Amino acid sequence: MPTNSMPTDTASVLRHLPWNIGVRKPDPTIVVDDLVRSFGGLTAVAVEHLEFQRGAITGLIGPNGAGKTTLFNLLTGFDQPNTGQWSFDGRSLGRLKPHQVARLGVVRTFQLTKALSRLTVLENMKLGAQDQKGEKFLAALLPGWRAQEREIEARAMDLLTRFKLDAKAQDFAGTLSGGQRKLLEMARALMCEPKVVMLDEPMAGVNPALTQSLLEHVKNLREEGMTVIFVEHDMDVVRDISDWVVVMAAGRVIAEGPPESISQNKDVVDAYLGAHHDAPLTAEEEELVLAEAEVAIAAEKAEDADLPTETTRGL
Amino acid sequence: MSEFLDILALSVKSLVSQSAVFFALMGVGLNLHFGYTGLLNFGQIAFALLGGYGVAISVAMWGLPLLVGVLIGVVAAFVLALLLGLPTLRLRADYLAIVTIAAAEIMRLVFRSTPATPITGATRGLSGFGRDFYAVAPFETQRTYDFLGSTWTGREIWAVLVGWILVTLFSLLIWQLMRSPWGRVLKAIREDEDAVRSLGKNVYSYKMQSLVLGGVIASFGGMILVLATGSANPDQFQNANTFLAYAALILGGTARVLGPVVGSMILWFIIAFTDAGLAALIRNGIIPSEILSGPDVANIRFVLVGVGLMMLLIFRPQGIFGDRREIVLDAH
Repeated sequence: MPTNSMPTDTASVLRHLPWNIGVRKPDPTIVVDDLVRSFGGLTAVAVEHLEFQRGAITGLIGPNGAGKTTLFNLLTGFDQPNTGQWSFDGRSLGRLKPHQVARLGVVRTFQLTKALSRLTVLENMKLGAQDQKGEKFLAALLPGWRAQEREIEARAMDLLTRFKLDAKAQDFAGTLSGGQRKLLEMARALMCEPKVVMLDEPMAGVNPALTQSLLEHVKNLREEGMTVIFVEHDMDVVRDISDWVVVMAAGRVIAEGPPESISQNKDVVDAYLGAHHDAPLTAEEEELVLAEAEVAIAAEKAEDADLPTETTRGL
Repeated sequence: MSEFLDILALSVKSLVSQSAVFFALMGVGLNLHFGYTGLLNFGQIAFALLGGYGVAISVAMWGLPLLVGVLIGVVAAFVLALLLGLPTLRLRADYLAIVTIAAAEIMRLVFRSTPATPITGATRGLSGFGRDFYAVAPFETQRTYDFLGSTWTGREIWAVLVGWILVTLFSLLIWQLMRSPWGRVLKAIREDEDAVRSLGKNVYSYKMQSLVLGGVIASFGGMILVLATGSANPDQFQNANTFLAYAALILGGTARVLGPVVGSMILWFIIAFTDAGLAALIRNGIIPSEILSGPDVANIRFVLVGVGLMMLLIFRPQGIFGDRREIVLDAH
C-alpha cells in the first residue's frame, strides 16, 4: 500500500461506516473486548467492544473522569483490568508488562509530560531506540555498541531537527518549556519506531503557536503509516485531525463516528453538558424518569388542591 | 608548629587509610544505587558485612582458601541483593529503603547473637583469617615504613594498596558503564520509571542489576575492612556506617564517578583533623578542659562533621564534583 494515499483512504473508508458503538472497522489494529476496570466501587472503564482502525488518527474524547486515561493505561500494560481482553494485530496484550507492550510497537506518551530532566535532550532521544546492544550489562563493557550508538544518534538528530529541537540537543531536558517537552516526548516515542502511537493529551498546556506545529507532527505520523490514538479536550483539535472519534463517559463508550457526527449526537451533548446524569439515559431509564416526574407533578397538584381546604379548616 | 605538622601528617594518613577505602567502596556502590539509579538503599552496610564475614568465616572457621572466601562473600552479597530486591523493586522507592534498613540491623543482630557463635564468633567476632592475604604481599609486611610523613606497618600498606586498587577498578567499571547505553537506562530510571517502561525497557531488571552490582562492590569494602583490621566483628558493621557513606557520597557529589571516592577521602581527613586538632587544643590549654575534655573529642568531631555537611548542603548542594544545574532541575 503506498503510504501517500493512506490518509485519504482511511478517512473515506471510515466515512462509510455506520455510526454505531462497537462498529467493525475494515482493518483494525487494536481490538478491545469486554474490558472492565474498577477501583473499589467505581467502574473506571467498561468497554464492550471497540476497534481502532490501522493507519488512522482516532480521537478519544469525553468529560473528566470518563476513563480515557485508564483505558490508555490498560491498553499499554500500565494497569491491569479486572476482566476482558484486548489484542494488537491479533496478538493478545493481556497481562503484558508496559515494556513488553512497547516492544511490540505500541508506544504511549503521558498526560503529565515525562521528560527525563537530568538527561540531555539527545540522551532522552537515544533512550527511545529499541534493541540496543549496549543496554545489556556485559555488552556495555565492550566497545561493540559504538557503531549502533552512532546510528541511533544520527536518527535522533534527524528527528530533533524535524521537531525543531536540534538546537537544544545538548541541554538538560528539564530546561525545556512545557510545549517543548511535549514535542520531545513525541519525538522520543518515535525513536521506538512504533506502529501505534498513543498520545495522552498532546496539546495540554501547549501555547497556541506550538499547537499548530504539534498538529502537523501528529498528521505526519499518519502519513508515515502509523496508527495514532489520542486523548484530547480541545474539540477544534479533535475535529481538525481525527479520522474517527470515540466518545467515553463514565467508563463506557457512548458514541463513535467521524468527527462531524459527534457534535450532533444527543448522548454526547448530554454527557458534556450534564443534563443531570454522567451516564447516558437508556430508553427505559428515560421512561422511568418521566414517569417519576409525572407522579411528582400529580402529587404537587393534589397538595396544592389540599392546601386551601386545610387553611379554611384552620380558620 | 611541629605539633601541627604531626596532626597534618596524621590527617593525610587517614586520607588514604583503610577507613577511607572502606567508605569509598561502600560509596561507589551507593552511588550506583542512589546517585545513578535513584534506589534508596539504607542498608549498604549489610552487603559489607556479608563480604567481610564471607571471608572471615570461610577462612577462619571452614579453613577454605582466601579466594574461595572472597567468592563466598560476593555470592552472599549477590543473594542478599536478590532477596531485598525481589519484593521491593516493583514497589515505590521508599519500600526498598525500609526493607534495607531493617535487613542491615537484622543481619548484624543475628551475626552477634549467641546461637551464631559456632559460625560467626558472636560478639567476639573472628580473627586469624588474614595469613594468605598478607603472604602474597610483594614486600615485607612485618616491618614499618615511613610514608607520607607518618609511620605505616607493612600490613597496613598492603591492605590499603589492595583497597585502592579495588576502588580504582570499580570506579573504572562504573565510568565505563555510565557512558554506555546501559548507564543511560539507569539514569533515566532515576528520573522517571514510567517513562522508561513506556520506551520498552525492563525497569525491574535494571534496578535489580544496579542493586546487585552496588551490593557486590560494598561487599569488597567489607572484605578490605576485616582484612585490614585483622578481625571481623559485628560492631564494625553498625548501620550508622551506611549513613556515613551517604555523607561521603553527597560531600563528593552524587552521580559522579569520583564523587564517593574523593568524598570519602575528605570525610576521613576532616574527621582525623578535627580529632587530632581538638585533642591538641585541649592538651595545650587553648580550649579549657571545663568546656571540652579529651574523651568528648570522639563525639564532638562528628558534630563538627555534621555542621560541615549542613554548610555544604546549604552553600554547595551539588557536592564537590556535582553540577549545580542538576540540583536546580531536581528542585522542580
